[in-house]
Amino acid sequence: MTLTFINAMLIDPEAGTQTSGALQVDNGTITYVGATLAPPLKDANVIDCQGKCLAPGIVDLGVKVCEPGERHKESYRSAGRAAAAGGVTTMVTRPDTAPAIDNPETLEFVIRRANEAAPVNVVAMAALTKGREGREMTEIGFLMDAGAAAFTDCDRVITDTKVFSRALSYARSLGALVIAHPQEPVLSAGAAATSGKFASLRGLPAVSPMAERMGLDRDIALIEMTGARYHADQITTARALPALARAKKNGLDITAGIGVHHLTLNALDIADYRTFFKLKPPLRDEDDRVAVAEAVASGLIDVISSMHTPQDEESKRLPFEEAASGAIGLETLLPAALRLVHAGVMDLPTLWRALSLNPARRLGLPGGRLEAGAPADLVLFDPHAPFVLDRATLRSKSLNTPFDGMRMQGKVRATYVAGKSVYEAA
Amino acid sequence: MHFPHRHLLGIEQLNQQDITTLLDLADKYAELNRQPEKHGDALRGLTQINMFFENSTRTQASFEIAGKRLGADVMNMAMQASSIKKGETLIDTAMTLNAMHPDLLVVRHPQSGAVDLLAQKVNCAVLNAGDGRHEHPTQALLDALTIRRAKGRLHRLSIAICGDIAHSRVARSNIMLLGKMENRIRLIGPPTLMPSQVADFGVEVFDDMAEGLRDVDVVMMLRLQRERMDGGFIPSEREYFHRYGLDAQKLGAAREDAIVMHPGPMNRGVEIDGTLADDINRSVIQDQVEMGVAVRMAAMDLLAQNQRAARSAVAS
Repeated sequence: MTLTFINAMLIDPEAGTQTSGALQVDNGTITYVGATLAPPLKDANVIDCQGKCLAPGIVDLGVKVCEPGERHKESYRSAGRAAAAGGVTTMVTRPDTAPAIDNPETLEFVIRRANEAAPVNVVAMAALTKGREGREMTEIGFLMDAGAAAFTDCDRVITDTKVFSRALSYARSLGALVIAHPQEPVLSAGAAATSGKFASLRGLPAVSPMAERMGLDRDIALIEMTGARYHADQITTARALPALARAKKNGLDITAGIGVHHLTLNALDIADYRTFFKLKPPLRDEDDRVAVAEAVASGLIDVISSMHTPQDEESKRLPFEEAASGAIGLETLLPAALRLVHAGVMDLPTLWRALSLNPARRLGLPGGRLEAGAPADLVLFDPHAPFVLDRATLRSKSLNTPFDGMRMQGKVRATYVAGKSVYEAA
Repeated sequence: MHFPHRHLLGIEQLNQQDITTLLDLADKYAELNRQPEKHGDALRGLTQINMFFENSTRTQASFEIAGKRLGADVMNMAMQASSIKKGETLIDTAMTLNAMHPDLLVVRHPQSGAVDLLAQKVNCAVLNAGDGRHEHPTQALLDALTIRRAKGRLHRLSIAICGDIAHSRVARSNIMLLGKMENRIRLIGPPTLMPSQVADFGVEVFDDMAEGLRDVDVVMMLRLQRERMDGGFIPSEREYFHRYGLDAQKLGAAREDAIVMHPGPMNRGVEIDGTLADDINRSVIQDQVEMGVAVRMAAMDLLAQNQRAARSAVAS
């Protein structure tokens, strides 16, 4: 089937351009991108984009779907629908389920479920250590054969450096990507907030932002030692940035990501103990938020993701310290990230590099590009359309979004996966 | 009397006028409490439930006496022993009690923000009797009343708060209240017991007692909350007493008429010298306990008045 988009604002993160033009899709693949529709129009479905933006679909690195174990919080079907509505064409899922995805059999189950139920691409990650307990490495080779895109214990830090260094060495021999959560685990134990005036005022147990740099410093030393391919899941503090820049400059195979919430919210948003704002790592000061937003603009931080973490009402309706961490984000990633564009921190192609091109490249996926031969995973959106978010309208099974009731800008008009429409706005 | 609040959750929500209103009424109750016939009827017919999720003898007794003197039916619930052990959540417990139509809920909880959370779910007046490290408003109010009565004013005083500031809700509420009333506040303690960026609260921070206590009018000692500590905040009790325990010699740096306060219960020989604590010329620790009852009577009276007014507005 052929699909032709005309009158589109084409966002090309690879070229760094934003130009009006047309795009043609045939058989699930982009066949033509250009200023005018030069090749003769075949019997094609023509979509007039009316000047709205057409970009490669978002590749969301680090989505938690609660299968197996807690399907009531989020299933592949509900997450997939949310992703489609949010312009996310590839979900890269986390293994921090209960039980953890730490063996080939569980991974195969997950991939099968995902293919049955989700309308978007799903790429699964597996745990780096068994049960994410930081003691024994998983069957990295078998898991790669079964389709694991990367290996991560998610927000659990492997405290035993011997275990971690061996896992990194072993992963290196297979060319596997390891994703870690840089955080000094002892210093951050028991913390519910970032230390500073706000946490002091609210009387919350807090961790110094320095714990992130300490964790990153350790990991960098281990990468230097082992030569492993490494991605830091979230770099959220200014003080960690120089270490990251140095490691990149020294030629280590390191990249870094950040969750969109840390780019758009700060510790003050927690206000009167609002548990939907309880994240891991905790929200930072405004100075840190500004610094990491600039680091995304400069390319030092490579990837923005939603860090989609569904939690049910019961686990959030608790005193702040006891409440579960995490927020959903598949459907709000695009409008939240667009705040950075509207605030003038970066342009659309730069944002799309972090949302789509960089995560695809890092995982060796074909998406993230807007050129002939690339898969037709596309999102059509209006970056300016304003709305007030009502969490009841979201498609996730869990509704723990910090953006409820907030004004946002940027609406997805349609999402395509391999040239097929998976979402169209009403 | 105008006191535009439904709950007493913290000092943060109060302004100067609210604080003065409360203290003026408490002054009257302090007089009533000294009479042989101590009964008022401000809370007659009302039900007061004390929910203490954390051990307390003094505060709970103070709230209980305050309620009974004003004619309320008072019930104490020791929450550690009951449903919490059975896995009931805080909100479920609150909803259950709410269905029994209490008028006043007095709540203490070991976690910061827990009382705010509970107040959102019930339709009676909630008084915070201490939440985690966050606030303990009636303690700050009784401290303020004690200071006002001893010093004749509650502004332009130099007040030192000493000891374990980091783990203390008493310190936070006092910093807010005394700051709102335009006093000069000094915090003294080892850096391991100071909250981060505390200087941003408009206070001066010292780690040396002699320097910090110089010429102050009021010395507020805090309990060293040993049970809260993960360990390793101070080298030993004896070194702590040597450097930060209040004794006659350290108090020498303060003004001659400086008063000594302590929220209790005291660790004699850890944060305060026993003899000094008992010195009736300097220590107002017993007055603090007395004012505690008066302040709690005033707070519950004002909240009950607001509740009655709101109910009759709905009825008419």
